[in-house]
Amino acid sequence: MTFALLIEWLIKGFVLVLVLLGGFAYLTLYERKALARIQVRIGPNRAGPWGILQPIADAIKLIFKEELIPAKADKLLFILAPVVTLVPALVITAVVPWGSEIMMFGRVITLYIADINVGVLYIMSVASIAVYGVVLAGWSSNNKYAMMGGLRSSAQMISYEMSLGLAFISAIMLAGSMRMLDIVEAQRTLWFVLLQPVGTAIFLIATLAEVNRPPFDMPEAEQELTAGYHVEYSGMKFALLFMAEYDKMIAISAIGATLFFGGFRGPFVDTYPWLGPIYMLLKLVILLFGMIWVRATFPRIRYDRLMAFGWKVMLPLSLAIVFITAAGILLAEQVNPLLIWTVPALSLLAGVFTIAMIDRELRRKEYARA
Amino acid sequence: MDLTLILFIVLAVVAILTALGMLASRSAIYAALFLVLNFATVAIFYLMLGAPFIAMAQVTVYAGAIMVLFLFVIMLLGAEKLPKGEVLPWQRPLAIGLAAVLLAEAGYLLFQRLHITAGLANPGAEVNAPEAIQAMALSLFNQYLLPFEVTSVLLLVAMVGVIVLTKKEKGES
Repeated sequence: MTFALLIEWLIKGFVLVLVLLGGFAYLTLYERKALARIQVRIGPNRAGPWGILQPIADAIKLIFKEELIPAKADKLLFILAPVVTLVPALVITAVVPWGSEIMMFGRVITLYIADINVGVLYIMSVASIAVYGVVLAGWSSNNKYAMMGGLRSSAQMISYEMSLGLAFISAIMLAGSMRMLDIVEAQRTLWFVLLQPVGTAIFLIATLAEVNRPPFDMPEAEQELTAGYHVEYSGMKFALLFMAEYDKMIAISAIGATLFFGGFRGPFVDTYPWLGPIYMLLKLVILLFGMIWVRATFPRIRYDRLMAFGWKVMLPLSLAIVFITAAGILLAEQVNPLLIWTVPALSLLAGVFTIAMIDRELRRKEYARA
Repeated sequence: MDLTLILFIVLAVVAILTALGMLASRSAIYAALFLVLNFATVAIFYLMLGAPFIAMAQVTVYAGAIMVLFLFVIMLLGAEKLPKGEVLPWQRPLAIGLAAVLLAEAGYLLFQRLHITAGLANPGAEVNAPEAIQAMALSLFNQYLLPFEVTSVLLLVAMVGVIVLTKKEKGES
């Protein structure tokens, strides 16, 4: 390891953190603007032209706010919890590649931080650590609403982690590798979203539950829990929890783009490698818009239905998806490469069957009530 | 003294301190958190030995899933504070005695094998190769297929058992 390499790693890590923190600030503006347009409002437009200085105004406001620590709170964990929430959200993107390699200052610089052969597993393990922050924030506040939020979040995130992991497995099997770069390379001709549309849908739904976004924002349901796990937090500590939520959105969109939407691949990216980060950013913006759109459209679902949906619908469906993917790959390898198309066909069939079953169940319940 | 050894010593101290902290802390939440730290240190040991898969599985399964469930149960039951004083007064001397026996055994084995250094020189050499995951998967699904399947059936049986036990009987409100 040379000194220059060490400097390069330091700079790349620093840039990634800066991108995530700056991305958080402008994601809040993006979300408020998009929500406003969907609700036929204008949105923030006072600070700077088109409101582009709004995140800075928000940050200054939060810094100057008084920070309260409840008298009966567990002080150490209360202060530690926002940090524990934020750190996994920042480090999870370390394995996501933003491009292949570019030449800069006479050096070949790779556009990814870590290229480890257990990349997808790394994401799973960091995601499973991320639960602690929310749980501890809820418990250490010594407030029953915060506590309920913490309990809900731990149950919810563990339940949906299963489906998330199984959705990862379908992408891993299609690529035949757990390295993120290999997965991107395997999507050179065909994105996995076309080969495994239902797996992608499961991934997108499960990620909404993992990052506590509406309609699965049970841990912070305003009407029932007043704000859930962060009800006692104020000032910069609240800002850290908020930051973690939005950084998780960015991270999970980057992971989704890499696993199912071709990552940094796009037209001409082989000849001009610097196009990689641009394509990645475009895909990120589109996926993030999907999350905001869902927030503007769907009402929050009830907690027991959330758990029933996770365990009785998502988990069996994702198990079926894994089975279908494995069988399709085996058929394509043993009989005819064209048979790989049985994977999307059978997956869509399974998806339609699931939707029909949910519809039937809902009709039955309605009939029983009437 | 190379970097690996320094890293090992630091991690070993952290591992022992967190284990002791878990035993000594009077709050169940803190005990659980010490255990999480301990699991994380053990995961780094696996990484140092060149077994990234085991390291990641350790973090995902033990530090992630299982300990979160522990925390969930502790919080749900409101059992954060342990009662003062011993519930089972004979437990402590017995435990100390057994621990002394274990330590003596381990020490005896360690000193007996001290002169055998082979096999520990570079344990991560072959699993460190880029194909480590493939090699592990091949041996798991060829050589150890039966134990693997038996374990999965065992887990399935446990799951079905839990569902049967928690299901409401017909006629019960």
